[in-house]
Parts: sequence; structure tokens; C-alpha cells
Amino acid sequence: MSKNLKSTTLVIKGGTVVDATGERVADVVIENSVVKEIGKNLRADSTLDASGCIVSPGFVDLHTHMREPGREDCETIATASRAGARGGYTALVAMPNTDPAQDNVAVVEFVREQGRRAGLVDVLPSGCITVGRQGSTLAPMAELAKVGVQIFTDDGNGVQDPVLMRRAMEYAKGLGITLAQHCEVTSLTLGAAMNECCCSSDMGVPGWPALAEELMVARDIDLVRLTGARMHFLHLSTARSVDLVRAAKTEGLPITAEVTPHHLSLTQELLCGFDPLYKVNPPLRSMGDVRALKAGVADGTIDAIATDHAPHARRDKELPLDQAPPGMLGLETALGVVLGSLDLSMTQIVALMSQRPAQIAKAVEHGNDVAAGARANLCVFDPQIVWQVNPKQLASKSTNTPFVGRQLRGRVRHTIFNGNAVVIDGEAQK
Amino acid sequence: MKHLRSIDELGIDGLERILQLSKVMAEINSRPVPKVPALRGKTVVSLFLEDSTRTRLSFETAAKRLSADTMTFSVSTSSANKGESLRDTVETISDMGVDAFVVRHKSAGVPWQMSAWTSASIVNAGDGAHQHPTQALVDCYTVREAFGRERFEGLNLTIVGDIKHSRVARSNIQAFSMLGAQITLVAPPTLLPPDIDHWPVRVSNNLERELASTNVLYMLRLQSERMAQGHVPTLREYGDQFGLTAQRVAMLPPESFVMHPGPMNRGVEMQIDPGDLANSLIHRQVANGVAVRMAALFDVLSGDQPNADAGAVDGLNREVA
Repeated sequence: MSKNLKSTTLVIKGGTVVDATGERVADVVIENSVVKEIGKNLRADSTLDASGCIVSPGFVDLHTHMREPGREDCETIATASRAGARGGYTALVAMPNTDPAQDNVAVVEFVREQGRRAGLVDVLPSGCITVGRQGSTLAPMAELAKVGVQIFTDDGNGVQDPVLMRRAMEYAKGLGITLAQHCEVTSLTLGAAMNECCCSSDMGVPGWPALAEELMVARDIDLVRLTGARMHFLHLSTARSVDLVRAAKTEGLPITAEVTPHHLSLTQELLCGFDPLYKVNPPLRSMGDVRALKAGVADGTIDAIATDHAPHARRDKELPLDQAPPGMLGLETALGVVLGSLDLSMTQIVALMSQRPAQIAKAVEHGNDVAAGARANLCVFDPQIVWQVNPKQLASKSTNTPFVGRQLRGRVRHTIFNGNAVVIDGEAQK
Repeated sequence: MKHLRSIDELGIDGLERILQLSKVMAEINSRPVPKVPALRGKTVVSLFLEDSTRTRLSFETAAKRLSADTMTFSVSTSSANKGESLRDTVETISDMGVDAFVVRHKSAGVPWQMSAWTSASIVNAGDGAHQHPTQALVDCYTVREAFGRERFEGLNLTIVGDIKHSRVARSNIQAFSMLGAQITLVAPPTLLPPDIDHWPVRVSNNLERELASTNVLYMLRLQSERMAQGHVPTLREYGDQFGLTAQRVAMLPPESFVMHPGPMNRGVEMQIDPGDLANSLIHRQVANGVAVRMAALFDVLSGDQPNADAGAVDGLNREVA
């Protein structure tokens, strides 16, 4: 940060501040990267207009694929950071399915350093549960925990072997870290390209049965009961998964869960035209599943919204449906999709986008109440503005958004990261 | 119509149109010189990215009899082996100025993806386990010919075998139900797709119970890899339950026929020598393939003449000069 910025003050003026303490109309003054003052009619050296807008703690994404190192043609840490900042995020958990994988300190430090260089959000590297995400040998979790890694996952490869998963949980418990699972029993999903449903049968396409997810959710809940480890379920997509997690939480098990904006808003029928744009893992499911996920969000079974932002090169998304890689962009559309899909109070929305994911990621400088002394990681968004998604106007290096051409209501106007306005009126400042 | 990608898209009107046109084409094929100038100047590319002999030859013969220029692009000789993407391949060939692609691909949906990359017509010659519309047209034409009737109300079609992985079954279920047939699927539950309550079919797991009421018995090929994938314990056990034997042929009613899209798996679904089948339509299916594919190519390449009297369309009544 430049000396010049340190000595200046910034006021976010005329917005409605929303955090865990509720809603109030107030100006927010920032100085030296922290919130200095909240109140009426405040002044500062520079002003950001927030009239008609919500001022909230910056969003935290538990699930971003940054593609660096390895697939810099799809996305880099800089472009993902820019997309994140434009989406109102001030912290992104970088998923470990890079090449090389984030299963050692060198790669994790590289990812974090690239995030610092980009300087738009905090990049929080996750670590692998197993070496190379191969599901056979535990990764050096203690070494990674020592350099600050809080979440461990083999992401796209759920750990198949129950013995290895038990050991991982026992080991993780001793370190106080959280394991995050992509729940998919892969022997049930060989060759799958979409949800197993009436559409997949019409299309002659092998399907991912809901069961493949639910079996692993059930197994891991039982393993949590056995080991006492802390477990986070990535991108739940089926009604039964929500029921299993609800029951486990009632039991008091240390379990959290996330859902993506696309699983809250899109269904399997979109695959009928064979467009790999809509291929994602877990797949888009039925309307009944969408309703169950929404109910799970409303009753607190689901803790957080996570994007599973997964950029893919156009040439990869032009492969036949069964060969194309699964995944879709999410960072810049998440807020609009969430506001359009969930009928919740603004306080609840902000909790799902910011406070709860910050707690799960142990990102202590994020998701805090907007109060004097707090680190100034903030998001200012207009919940009413309607905009049309144009993939070419997104900051991501890839264009695979399933919301192409759709009208969304609600968009981020400014993002304040560490006291700096990194996005002003929707434009990233670097 | 511009493309022929699925029976569903073709609809009943398109189905009727191509079947009527096929009769005209069959007449052309019976002439001493079975060739007309109807598609002279049109270029048809066979893009076969999955092995096929009979369908490819059938389409190429059809195109040549209509005087179209033909090019063939197949896996072993193509730049697909050099890592060129399908889109680049399609765009490159398209740039040469082609009017239609006849495409076969092991992945479902490829004909739909391709139509975004070229202005040429797309004829689906089989996409994964999804659709094989010209096979269904051939089969409907063959059944019309065998029974001497155009509608199939009251006719029972029994499709036996690996429905789950069969594009022929999916296209035939759509086509025969459009023409009014009652359809029964017979297979072990492992070879039926999940969630098909909305299909216009009855499902049975017992072949012998269905034979007495069957008018058309349609046998599907069982690929040996289904055993390794655990869909059936052994090919012998499959053959015992679902294979066609002389004994089972005898259980069919007098006015009934046996069909198979080929290639046949003798000793598995075909335990009887096809030569011993008195009521087989298998050779008619192959023979009719050329006429029906001529009609299909003519339909997609002759522009917007859906209401024209097919027989009067210029080029069909003249011989090649």
C-alpha cells in the first residue's frame, strides 16, 4: 500500500450497513486499512457513493478454481482475483487441483504469493488430503497447517477409500484443521455427463445418480461421528444430502456444508441441447433437489454459498458432452443469482456469502461486523440493479458462464480490500 | 428440413414425407441405370468418427445415386489422430464448400454441437447411445412394405436386448410410436435405462411371455463388453433368456417378422442361423437402407419444398445425361 493511501481517509456514503448485528443506514469511514468510524454525515478525503446500496463485510468464497499453476490459459490467480473482487469477494479459498497440486508447502506458498501480487483479494490456498489428490497416501498436512492452510480437500476426487478417509480425519483432528469433501463414489459415475434422470435416459447419456453423492455424505457423517474431526461438505446437490446433513447437525456433529449458486437456480433440463456449458460436477439436478437445497439454506442446514468457480478454455468446452470437463464460472454472477434464488433477509444473505464462509475458512480478517477497528474488507452492492450477463465483459479469462444472456438483479458496485477500493463502480482498479 | 438429427425433431410430418419419398427412390433403384441428377453439384461429406461399414456405404451409395459429390473422412486416415479438434475439422471441411455432413460419432449430441459450427446440413448417422434416425426410417419403411400398410395401429413391436446403450432403440421407439405401434421392451433390468416411465412403451423381462402377441420382433445386438461392465453375468446366460432360438421363433404368431439392425452377434442374441429364419426382414432392412438414405439426403438438400409432390421434383424423373 502506498504512503499516500495510508494517510488518506475514505468514506462510503449513504448505504445501508448489513452484518450480523442487523441493518442500519450509516456512513463508513476507513483509514489505514481498518474501519475508523460508523455514523451519520461523516466526511473523509475521498468518497464512494453507496446510496441505494448495501454495505456488507466482503464475501468469502470457499471454492474457487484459480487454475494456476497448470492451466493459466483458462484462468490465473490475477484474473480470478479480479473476477472475485468484481463479485464482491475479499477472500477466495484456492482449490488444490492445480498442476502441480497444492499438496506441498512450495506450491501453497506460490499460490499465496501470486495472490499477494495480484493484490485484489486474500487468496487462501487449501491443501490436499492425499498426495497428488491420488487417494492413496496422506499429504503432509501438518507441514501445510504450519504455514496456515486451514482447509484440506482432494476436491474433484472425493477420497474413495474409507480407511484412508478415517485416517485423514483422525490426523486432521489432531491438527485442528477442517477436511472438505467432494462427495462422489466414482464407481457409480463412470462416464457420467449429467444427472441420472429421465433426460439422461432420453439422451443416451450415462448419468451421475444422486446416490453417488449421498453414499459418501452418509459415510463421512458416520466417520465424523467416529473420529470427531471437523468436516465440510462441498457443493451439495441432492435433496437426500441435505436431509443427511440436517440430521447430522441435529445430532451435534461438527459438520458444515455449502451449496453453489448454480445448484440453487439451474436444473438438468438445460443439458437437453447437449451443450457442455451446462456440464458440472456435481451435475445440475431436478427441480425437487433445487427446492430442497433452498429449504436447507433457509433452515441453516447449509452454512454457506460457494461458487465452485471453474474456468475452462473454450476448446475444452467444445468437446462432446461426455468428454468435456465439468465446471462453470461463478464469482461475478454469484450475488445476482443468490438474490434471485433465495427469499431471505439481507442479513441472512450476507451471512451465507461472508460471515459463515469466513468462519469455516478461519479467515479472521473477513466476515466481521462492520465496526470501528475491524479490517476494512467490505462489499458495496446494489440489490436492485438489473444487468445482463455478457461473458465477454467478465473479468475471468474464460467465458463458460451458464448465465450467459440472463438478466440478474443485484450487482456489486464497490469492493474494499484491506482498506483499498479495489473495485469502484464495477470496475477493477488493477 | 435443414437437418436430420433425431426422429423427434423430424416429427410425424417429416417422417411421412421421407417414407413417401423413399418409395420414389426405391423405384429409381430398380431402374437399369439407378442414378438420377437430383443432387448434382451438391457435396456430401461422410464424417465417420466411429467405426461403421454398412451405414457409411449405404449413405455413400445413396449420395452417388443422386449424383452428389462425396467425400469421406474417417478416423484412421484423418487429422483427428493428429489432435485436431472436432470444431476445427468441421470448420475446415465446411470451408471447402460442402452442403451436408453425414456424421457418426461415439458421443451423444455431436450433431447438435456441429450445427453451431457450419451452415451445412447435418445428417445424424448415429450419435452415441442417443439417435440413429435413418435406421428408424429404414425400419419403418421395411415394416410398411412387409405389412402393406402405412399406419401401425394394432401392431405389436417387441424390441429385445440392450435398450440402455442403443441409439437404434431410442429412434425406433419414437418413430414406431408416431406411426401408432404398440411397443414392448424386453431386457434384463440392467440393460434398461433408468427413469423411462414417460416413454411410450411397456416393459417386460420375459421374452417368451411376449412372443405370442408380437408382430415384429426386433433383436438388438449385445456387445460383449456389457459382460465386463456387469450388465449381464455371462453371454450364455443372456442368450438363454433373451436370444432368438428356433423354438422361440415357433412361438411367434403366423403373420410376424424378425428384424435386426446388424451387425448380428451370432450365438448370443441370434442363436438361430438367420438363413433359417423364414420370416426375416433383415435383408430387406439392408436393401431398403439405400433408398431411405437417398430420401433423407434429398430431403435435407433439396431446399424448402416440403409440400412439393415428391415424384414431380425436378431431377428425380430424369436419368443422368
